[in-house]
Amino acid sequence: MSADDQSERLHEAVRRACADAQPLLVAGSGSKRFLLDALVSDGAALLSVAEHVGVVDYRPDELVVTVRTGTPLHDLQGLLDANQQLLPFDPPRFEGGGTIGGAIASGLAGPARPWRGSVRDCLLGVELVNGVGERLRFGGQVMKNVAGYDVSRLQSGAFGSLGVLLTVSLRLLPKPAVERTCALELDAPTALARMRQWARQPLPLTGVGYQAGVLWARLAGSEPAVAAALAELGGEPVADGASWWDDLRDHTLPVFKGDAPLVRVIVPPSAPAPLEGSVVEWAGGLRWFAAEDAAHGQRLAAEAEAHGGYACGFDGRYARVEHSVMAEALRIQQRRIKHAFDPQDLFNRGLVEMDAD
Amino acid sequence: MSRSLALKALRAALPARCLITDPKGTKPYETDGLTALRQPPWLVVLPETEAQVRQVLLICAQHDVPVVARGAGTGLSGGARPVADGVVLGLSRLDQVLEVDLDNCVARVQPGVRNLAISEAVAHHGLYYAPDPSSQIACSIGGNVAENSGGVHCLKYGLTVHNVVGLRVLTVSGEVLELGGKTLDSPGYDLLALLCGSEGMLGIVTEVIVKLLPRPPASAVLLMAFDSAAAAAETVSQIIAQGLVPAGLEMMDQLATQAVEDFVHAGYPTEAAALLLCEVDGVPEEVASNVELVSRIAKEYGAIELRVAHEPHEQAAFWAGRKAAFPAAGRLAPDYYCMDGTIPRAALADVLGRIAGLADEYGLPVANVFHAGDGNLHPLILYDASVPGEMAKAEAIGGRILELCVAVGGTVTGEHGVGVEKLDQMCVQFSAQELDQFFRVKDSFDPNGTLNPGKAIPTLARCSEVGGMHVHGGELPFNNLDRF
Repeated sequence: MSADDQSERLHEAVRRACADAQPLLVAGSGSKRFLLDALVSDGAALLSVAEHVGVVDYRPDELVVTVRTGTPLHDLQGLLDANQQLLPFDPPRFEGGGTIGGAIASGLAGPARPWRGSVRDCLLGVELVNGVGERLRFGGQVMKNVAGYDVSRLQSGAFGSLGVLLTVSLRLLPKPAVERTCALELDAPTALARMRQWARQPLPLTGVGYQAGVLWARLAGSEPAVAAALAELGGEPVADGASWWDDLRDHTLPVFKGDAPLVRVIVPPSAPAPLEGSVVEWAGGLRWFAAEDAAHGQRLAAEAEAHGGYACGFDGRYARVEHSVMAEALRIQQRRIKHAFDPQDLFNRGLVEMDAD
Repeated sequence: MSRSLALKALRAALPARCLITDPKGTKPYETDGLTALRQPPWLVVLPETEAQVRQVLLICAQHDVPVVARGAGTGLSGGARPVADGVVLGLSRLDQVLEVDLDNCVARVQPGVRNLAISEAVAHHGLYYAPDPSSQIACSIGGNVAENSGGVHCLKYGLTVHNVVGLRVLTVSGEVLELGGKTLDSPGYDLLALLCGSEGMLGIVTEVIVKLLPRPPASAVLLMAFDSAAAAAETVSQIIAQGLVPAGLEMMDQLATQAVEDFVHAGYPTEAAALLLCEVDGVPEEVASNVELVSRIAKEYGAIELRVAHEPHEQAAFWAGRKAAFPAAGRLAPDYYCMDGTIPRAALADVLGRIAGLADEYGLPVANVFHAGDGNLHPLILYDASVPGEMAKAEAIGGRILELCVAVGGTVTGEHGVGVEKLDQMCVQFSAQELDQFFRVKDSFDPNGTLNPGKAIPTLARCSEVGGMHVHGGELPFNNLDRF
């Protein structure tokens, strides 16, 4: 075992925790800790995977990488970039940090989500230690695989509550030859209508967002395809367009930086409200608000739910598994899943209300 | 289990036309696409509403009667094979497209809607549903969800799991689970992904929300011939390595090519050791540049012939041979055994060579027709069941091929599912602890094992009986659908 491969140490730590019924706070670099710090119980011992690093297998012509979960996103993305490839889900790097394990566990995808897929869409396989201390592999390194239940994809968005991820295998995409951004000045409802119109056309889009009177579109592909699409969309080409998408993804735009609580609203992309005052991505499907006060937050939640969506404070309670929009039967099933992997509720205790079942 | 009480309750809950009890009527439900394995069901129930599905589940759970969900019955691994004393819950009458939401580019459909019918229903809007399993004219979307079906175009557009955005599921106790929806994200664990490919073991799907995509404005198909399978496999790897993700990338070996040519006269070069078909799509400018790129790679890696089809009718002609490959192979021998392993692309040339070695060793021909772009092999082992020992040999080759797939980092089933056919091979791919985790997942949904018992996940007892020798294999999937 090389120093980079901490599998045995992590496995042993979980086995010990099982024997001692010791709750664990499973963490990578800690860049997304703010999404669960209000939930995780005080008595949890830190189990860091941050030193479990390195690429286990990467053959660029397979379009697949297998990597230890503590590997910094920065390192992995640098390697892929050098090989003209990318992570399809384009994860946020808060404060520039983050590990690939944390990116998978949080399930947060960047602006390209509607076109290049969600985090779990590119997750082909995992190796994990479950809550009874078993080291298990699911899925694999191939795109098509229907052997057994898809336990791999279940880990995305579970915030480590079902197992300690040791390695993940991910599907990659080739980097497009060119990428360009254009901007159009429009009011919010008109911009939303334009977004939906574009969605029905075969355009090489990889980002559609809106902020303060400006509709942003990112196109990627071969030079002639992107040029033709730019002409069709109209609007002004933006010379340094890439930086706006980076700021949107990594939450360095002003709306993310103020003191007001940040609310993440998920709605069907065409939903007319809540809209005003938001920063929009995913062509309408994701909207960020700085909540003015508690009443505003409640109004956002009510409007989102009325249109078939939901709202979540992007704060220390975000990672909770249950949500008020879930019907009782679904809550119960979520708890049963947790129980199937981690019956003692050792991992990130607090994310699931186990005793309520 | 009290079958008479259960039947009485079902008769009271559902109209008479929804129940089939006589053996003649239940005969077509004895098997799915894996036709050699037959099992008469006790009863077939064909509900017409979700409320009736719920009634069936409640009654069966109460009386401890197993329930096997069934879509169109085109599955190739026996996933919908009935269980003795069980009910077949056929969902074919839930066949309505409930909603086409153009603003959000989704359609909400019932599980019995045929795969192709979704694309047909939205074609006039320039939209389509991407996954296209070869049985798409007949197979149902509910069955696609159960099997996580693929198709020729899933290399670029993904499997069912990537194209289904919402499910409405009834649990075995009749509770409704709404998973996903028209939104691009949902709170909690991703049960939608877990349900995809779960072979009717976790719940009964009563509604599916699918993603609709704009039809690409242009496409082209390249036909490339090579004088060795290795050269064709190298070309496949290079196409991907050059940053191109084709809409489809298929390969056939010489035995398959010759069979096809004799059968449908597609105009394939039969002297070639291997053929590649590559489809590229997108805006016209992109298609043109990608045709150029693929052509250049093919020539560099020794293509002995290269043709390009731009017009739809030319493209259809290129595909016709590929789509006829399975029935054509069926003409080479009285029986064939179709495998479904997936391997990393880099291992293609090596694994094809070793399959040829196995064919020689056992003295049975193996034709190869497969989804090269995603490494999904479909070796067709040709044999004659009436010759003593040949079937056992075919099974032996099949078992060794799947063993090989697992050994190079692949899987025993890429798209056909485990069903009953590959239960023994599952013992090779997964450890006892991993299988046990699967059982705990199953228990979390269906603690009494009412839904599709005995499928998809082998018991530990079975695996210990199989031991190191896991060759069992089902039998031949032959029905009259295209298989590719």
